[in-house]
Amino acid sequence: MLTDLLGFPPQVLFGQLLLGLINGAFYAVLSLGLAVIFGLLNIVNFAHGALYMLGAFATLGLMKFFGIGYWGALIFAPLLVGIVGIVIERLLLRRLAGVDHLYGLLLTFGLALVLEGTFVKLFGASGIPYSPPAQLQGGINLGFMFLPWYRGWVVVASLIVCAATWYLFERTKIGAYLRAGTENPRLLQAFGVNVPLLTTLAYGYGVALAAFAGVLAAPITQVNPLMGSNLIIVVFAVVVIGGMGSIVGAVVTGLAMGVIEGLTKVFWPEASSTVIFLVMAIVLVLRPAGLFGKAA
Amino acid sequence: MKKYSGYLIALGLLMLAPTMIYPVFLMKLLCFALFASAFNLILGYGGLLSFGHAAFFGGASYITGHALKVWGLPTELGILFGAAVAGLMGLAIGMLAIRRHGIYFAMITLAMAQMAYFLFVSSPFTGGENGLQGVPRGTALGMIDLQNDMSMYYFVLAIFVIGFLIIARTVHSPFGQVLSAIRDNEDRARSLGYDIERYKLLAFVISATLAGLAGGTKTVVFQLASLTDVHWHMSGEVVLMTLLGGLGTIAGPAVGAGIIITLQNYLASGPLAAWVPVVLGVIFVICVLAFRRGVVGELRELIKRQF
Amino acid sequence: MKLFKHLATSASALAVMATGAAAEISGGVVKIGLLTDMSATYSDVAGPGTITAAEMAIEEFGGQVAGAPIELVSADHQNKADIAANKAREWGDTEGVDAFAELVTTSVAMAVFEVAKQQNKIALVSGAASSPLTNDACIPTGLHWTYNTRALAVGTGSAVVKEGGDSWYFLTADYAFGEALQGDVSKVVEAEGGQVLGASKHPFPASDFSSFMLQAQASGAKVIGLANAGGDTINAIKAAKEFGIIEAGQKIAGLLVFLSDVNALGLETAQGLQMTVSFYWDMDDETRAWSQRFFEKTGKMPTGIQAGTYSSVRHYLKAIEATGSDDTETVLAKMREMPVEDMFAHGGVLRTDGRMVHDMYLAEVKSPAESSGPWDYLKIVRTIPGEEAFGPLSESTCPTK
Repeated sequence: MLTDLLGFPPQVLFGQLLLGLINGAFYAVLSLGLAVIFGLLNIVNFAHGALYMLGAFATLGLMKFFGIGYWGALIFAPLLVGIVGIVIERLLLRRLAGVDHLYGLLLTFGLALVLEGTFVKLFGASGIPYSPPAQLQGGINLGFMFLPWYRGWVVVASLIVCAATWYLFERTKIGAYLRAGTENPRLLQAFGVNVPLLTTLAYGYGVALAAFAGVLAAPITQVNPLMGSNLIIVVFAVVVIGGMGSIVGAVVTGLAMGVIEGLTKVFWPEASSTVIFLVMAIVLVLRPAGLFGKAA
Repeated sequence: MKKYSGYLIALGLLMLAPTMIYPVFLMKLLCFALFASAFNLILGYGGLLSFGHAAFFGGASYITGHALKVWGLPTELGILFGAAVAGLMGLAIGMLAIRRHGIYFAMITLAMAQMAYFLFVSSPFTGGENGLQGVPRGTALGMIDLQNDMSMYYFVLAIFVIGFLIIARTVHSPFGQVLSAIRDNEDRARSLGYDIERYKLLAFVISATLAGLAGGTKTVVFQLASLTDVHWHMSGEVVLMTLLGGLGTIAGPAVGAGIIITLQNYLASGPLAAWVPVVLGVIFVICVLAFRRGVVGELRELIKRQF
Repeated sequence: MKLFKHLATSASALAVMATGAAAEISGGVVKIGLLTDMSATYSDVAGPGTITAAEMAIEEFGGQVAGAPIELVSADHQNKADIAANKAREWGDTEGVDAFAELVTTSVAMAVFEVAKQQNKIALVSGAASSPLTNDACIPTGLHWTYNTRALAVGTGSAVVKEGGDSWYFLTADYAFGEALQGDVSKVVEAEGGQVLGASKHPFPASDFSSFMLQAQASGAKVIGLANAGGDTINAIKAAKEFGIIEAGQKIAGLLVFLSDVNALGLETAQGLQMTVSFYWDMDDETRAWSQRFFEKTGKMPTGIQAGTYSSVRHYLKAIEATGSDDTETVLAKMREMPVEDMFAHGGVLRTDGRMVHDMYLAEVKSPAESSGPWDYLKIVRTIPGEEAFGPLSESTCPTK
């Protein structure tokens, strides 16, 4: 067999590739949210990881206080966290209009510290378990590995959400406004479009995407206050590689980086945590604007 | 002379301080004051937000620790070696990062520093999660025993003063003027014929080297180097210190570091111990929203208006 | 003004020396500094419960020993060696702390050993597990109380090999404790005629074990040994279940499992798991009585680390009571001379390498049907005599033994 030629049992190679794809699905949804926010606000949302965590905790909370299970949480948790995002945008980020965009990064960094610190204090750092829904318990033997249904669902759900976002931005009227707002907000305002509202909605939507990823993650990892804290930096690297230019760029780069990471785990396990940063360095040398980005 | 009187008074106070205050705490404070001042060189005067300075600070602390513990280098040489390696790391990361501006620069430095973090975690010489422990303090110039906290303090103070003078000298040199000009208007500086990439890179390397000097010194004080100092939270903390003290002011970052370290120290042993990150986060938000000039910047503004 | 307090304490220490009052107790107070993980991975197995346990020991003395009050100060080290070392150093330098206690996770214990050596203070280790603490990394004043990785290896490792689990693959937490545990178990496995096929090191703490589990599965080993602890062990066992590893016939051996982990996993998942423990609440009347009091204060039954913290603090205070002094050498000599006799250990011996030798137990997790309710989780399968669990003193590589 081909894989035997490479000296690795197929079980390991395909298995790690599949797990990489699952991780890539998270990268894709998170970097998509960052791209949406960056497009209209020109802010790198450092709180993205914390809001992802908030999505997972909202899943727990919905279960505990309202008896709303996983499927309900898939809708309500992003909605709730999206509202939190809208409040953040209205109360805080709006005040930074007109100053250097770097202050937006610093503000959201501070917010991330506050959110994560508060949750560590309230729930401890060791994490709380959340079971996958009954419909997705168990799994299927693929021959090379045993795939839990839930992990397969994560990839499917992420792709659906990414495709829906693409449709929203590229094929609807709101999407056209949003794209126009990215290009030239002043002109759009002059045409009578309420740009501040559009900005608020874009931030809310980006945050809701982060929360959606959080709901997907809840049954896989323990629900942990620091679950987004290191992930966000990997996603930043993904964004730099993709170039923050297009929605397609964010999604494709996210999935690709997950797969590359999975491959590295087979061939050179020690480098698996650094490989994405290495790719980033190479891309920066060859194409400073990123793979899908327009030159600045 | 009047211009420097403030600094001379501050120096006098620092000379007397260890008779009143726990010297190890003061040494920690000085190390972070130097770190923040070095960081300010690139953010305050160069206008570049690096979110990866922990790599230089913590990287040098590992290198110094290894040089002293395993190679048995004299203390001063070990610290200088750590700073030099931090400078080289600064050169490598800087060459990549200055290709982009603003937010991209911040994200690239952050990602590169995270890569450095993983390299340090997996290198055997750092001890990974255990950290590098039992680093000997040794002697200063081969004669003063640094095991004594008092002599160690004056050794650290000397390093701080030297580092601080280098920064002050750089800022007020023609090089520093050009750097500020680039920060204020890059295109204009370029049209005047300055090779702005080289200026930025040099500033980045100097900043990294001095951050390394601070990190190496901290290792000698505490006799250990650990992952905390290379973690990206440390990069965030130094941004906070600089911002709180006052961007682009000479004394601001040191003041900011003083406030943050003192705060952490007091909170750590009280009922608010677990709230330290939250308190830092709140200070961050307040600074960004309402207090962008920082403590020293606001004071300066106040004095300007009074007279 | 805390910073000025150290002046005040040293001044009062001078005054005490000058007048010769309050006998031999430095600073007129016996102060114990307890460092533990209050909020992260090990907060359930150690954490706040160890503070309660130490307080229970102090209460037994009525809060006073040799005419001086006993004071307990505690801090959260967040599993970070540098935070622990800085705190311990500051306590020793400015607050007159006489002994350090608990010190969960090896990196913390080793960092505090460094401080304890310099300041010549006693370190009562309960939570950290690595056997190097009383071997290569030992210090004259460092006492290792509850258990160590060698004892875990002897207990669980040999039991699993004897049942036919003769090929092993390890998932190892990437720090000193994980390496020590993997090393000690490997020795036992090989001595019993088994074979070690490989190991994956995972970061600490890790949340997703799926890719490590796949590697372990691909190795074809009969036994997947978990050389980690706390939340990592729980997550690894859950991943093994999710990916059908157990159904496919591989056995999971948790090498360091605590009662609180069994509680978190639930009997349904954990049943049949073999574990080596230093303590179980339901062993005799004494342990039941003490654990009941502990339960009333915390709402949880004690883990071995928590019971061990009680035992170590109590024995330390006993020695101060017997000698009327808190001088390190005097107390240490007395602690070695007296057998450790309490609900945790019977006839425990404190060796010169710092090891406290006492019996360990091989236990098995009950099935839901066997259990009569909450916290009724274990049955003791075998008592492992102290000498067998910890090995003879001659085996210790501690240079100062």
